[in-house]
Amino acid sequence: MKNPLDSLWGTIILGLVLTVILYFVVKSLIS
Amino acid sequence: MDYVPALARWIHFMAGVMWIGLLYYFNFVQVAALKAATADGTAAGITKHVAPRALLYFRWGAVVTWLAGAALLSDKFVDAFTFRHGMAGIGMGAWLGTIMLFNVWALIWPNQQKILGLKPATDEEKTKARRVAFLASRTNTALSIPMLFFMAGGWSHRALFFGM
Repeated sequence: MKNPLDSLWGTIILGLVLTVILYFVVKSLIS
Repeated sequence: MDYVPALARWIHFMAGVMWIGLLYYFNFVQVAALKAATADGTAAGITKHVAPRALLYFRWGAVVTWLAGAALLSDKFVDAFTFRHGMAGIGMGAWLGTIMLFNVWALIWPNQQKILGLKPATDEEKTKARRVAFLASRTNTALSIPMLFFMAGGWSHRALFFGM
């Protein structure tokens, strides 16, 4: 399996996926 | 002392633009440019004259950003880093920024010193340093996306978290 960090698009998609995951983490911590 | 948060926010933004701007320069411009420049034998222009200067403002921009952010959090610093008292959003941004600062000083800068010849290293060490610095830089680019989401999470983000 290729490392997503080797491509710019892979890096950006990884960042966006991480944003969604962390958003739900923070939402659960706030409420 | 109402002036401290205002000055801290201003400095935090300016230094943050410097830091993340140069991070994006490295990842979106310099990596591809260096590959092309190496192929036509002009890489020294970048490695000798551009990269050391960019790295100087990059790593110190990171420090100033973090310190100004800490000053801005002020007495809410611990609440933010422990996700308490409604500070989880900015706290997540602060944690991501802190991890990124660590990557700059513990992984990117020491390895870049070897790559650019500022520190003695064998060819094998340079090859390894290139990979570590590259992955740490790309990791920071990925982390910057949620970091900026949570850092920018002011009033406008209330709808996302509270449905207001």
